[in-house]
Amino acid sequence: MKTRSRFQRFKESYFLHDFLRDPVALTSFCILVVFLILGFAAHLIAPFNPYDAMNINIMDAEIPPAWLPGGNANFLLGTDGQGRDLFSTMLYGLRVSLIIGFGAVALQAFLGILVGLIAGFLGKSVESILMRIADVQLSFSTYMVAIFISAIFQAAFGLAKYEEIAVPLLILIIGFAEWPQYARTVRASVLAEKKKEYVEAAKVIGLSKTRIMWRHILPNTLSPVFVISTIQVANAIMSEAALSFVGLGMPVTQPSLGSLINVGFEYIFSGSWWITMFPGIVLVILILVINLLGDWLRDFLNPKLYKG
Amino acid sequence: MFAFIVRRIAQAILVMVVIGFIGFAIKQSFGDPIREITGISVSVEERNKLRDELGLNDPFLVQFGRFIKGAVHGDIGRSFFYKKSALEVILSKAPATLELVFCSALIIVLFSIPLGIYSAINPRSIFSRIIMGGSTLGVSIPVFLTAILMIYIFSVELHWLPSFGRGETINLGGWRTGLLTLDGLKHLIMPSIALSSIMLPLFIRLIRSEMMEVLQNDYIKYAWAKGLAPRRVFIVHAFKNTLLPVITVGGVQLGTMIAFTILTETVFQWQGMGFMFIEAVGRGDAPLMVAYLVVVGLIFVIVNTLVDVIYGLVNPQVRITGQK
Repeated sequence: MKTRSRFQRFKESYFLHDFLRDPVALTSFCILVVFLILGFAAHLIAPFNPYDAMNINIMDAEIPPAWLPGGNANFLLGTDGQGRDLFSTMLYGLRVSLIIGFGAVALQAFLGILVGLIAGFLGKSVESILMRIADVQLSFSTYMVAIFISAIFQAAFGLAKYEEIAVPLLILIIGFAEWPQYARTVRASVLAEKKKEYVEAAKVIGLSKTRIMWRHILPNTLSPVFVISTIQVANAIMSEAALSFVGLGMPVTQPSLGSLINVGFEYIFSGSWWITMFPGIVLVILILVINLLGDWLRDFLNPKLYKG
Repeated sequence: MFAFIVRRIAQAILVMVVIGFIGFAIKQSFGDPIREITGISVSVEERNKLRDELGLNDPFLVQFGRFIKGAVHGDIGRSFFYKKSALEVILSKAPATLELVFCSALIIVLFSIPLGIYSAINPRSIFSRIIMGGSTLGVSIPVFLTAILMIYIFSVELHWLPSFGRGETINLGGWRTGLLTLDGLKHLIMPSIALSSIMLPLFIRLIRSEMMEVLQNDYIKYAWAKGLAPRRVFIVHAFKNTLLPVITVGGVQLGTMIAFTILTETVFQWQGMGFMFIEAVGRGDAPLMVAYLVVVGLIFVIVNTLVDVIYGLVNPQVRITGQK
């Protein structure tokens, strides 16, 4: 039989076929790709650099979007309270939000998969201790844990230092706050896989425990991990926005979408709605498309569940 | 059953001790109580003497033991900013938060049950599709954005509803309530809608999926075969059996709800515990932060334990799997 390349196999797979036939999933994916490009190519696309203080003129503050009276054609979506071009600032903010979202999910997936695998594979007291910790942390709701940890970090480092290292810190905080989700999912699938024959076979031919764990069981637990990963990215971005909104996240000088919404909120009473609304719309669309993709992935990998 | 309850309570106490330990460790690492008490014009010797008298030179574990003992008696430190007992400050703010949570819970119950049941019974109707689409959208809108949007529409543009604070309150034996005045109720509308907006989609989906699962069961088919009225089948036979998981999840979601009060209260400057916590963070008021941690932790632990015990009473399987 002719061996086909990976790409060819992917092209003929049911995965792609189903994906292309689902307009919601396809549209969501396209929008997400556009956001990713806009965010990561922000320095090429954005007409201004919001991090460069030389570029900013306070006299340009609170200019409405270009199509409203008083708008300026240079600032397509208007300017924020410091005179930064809102469109450029949003692109840079989108990048910050995306980096934190994906970074935090990578961290929590790493922690959660490690804990879940160990718990599911070793069993006994190790399992009950690890899973108890996960249960207790989960019962406190991830937001609460994230808010507490960041409040403590902010008090420990001081505001200036905290803002300097905000991006890695937020990845750490959100990653740490949400690992139990992964641990529980991975453990449940490890328990199901462990009983299957191929694991017995691997044991019989004398493979080491670590090898069975990483090379045999782990790959078979990945499909639920993919499903929660998508939804967790949306959650992480939302958590970051929430933290930034209460002032425990990204600083105004290096805003994420959440901190832009927070800054704009101060101006909403004077009628400058655009500073809050545009980043808000981008945030909602971003989270919505990721959630919709997650829904599609769940239905695809788990057709037993109800559709819709 | 008795052993199950005892084990569950022992676990709850252990969790509280761990929370207390974390809180105490935080308190130890921030701020110097002596400096707060004495100010700058006191000599080093006097400070050291005071330090000894207050037992601040004792070993860590001895001080921790003292902290736990104090906490059991209701003394969880003094707020630097308010110059009062931290518990007192929190208790004075609690009614505002509880009223907010109560009203949101009311909204959630009133809307999620009929909408969930309807979309489970008629999954293909257009209205159900709108409900499900709306709930996906609702999950994707952060609670503070809903709040800001409402403030912009109803306060800034239309001037219908007040945008911040609790308005006029009445003092009922130490409980300052906003539920009894028109002004207070007006102030309550937007915050409680905002707070419920995040949970409502979740509960609609939960009730819908549980209900759809129950409707597949044989006893439902039997009820139809007996010729019972649809209303009786749906409400008495099907809905009653979806309630159990819904109540369990509801209890667990209370924690999330309290976390979201922090966001909602910040937007509306609602004088509750969440807003107080964010203010305490801004002021570096470590004892108050720790006190909030302990009080909220206690609420979570009590609720979770109660939910587990009730669930254990209703469903004996839980007691067995919980053993190990």
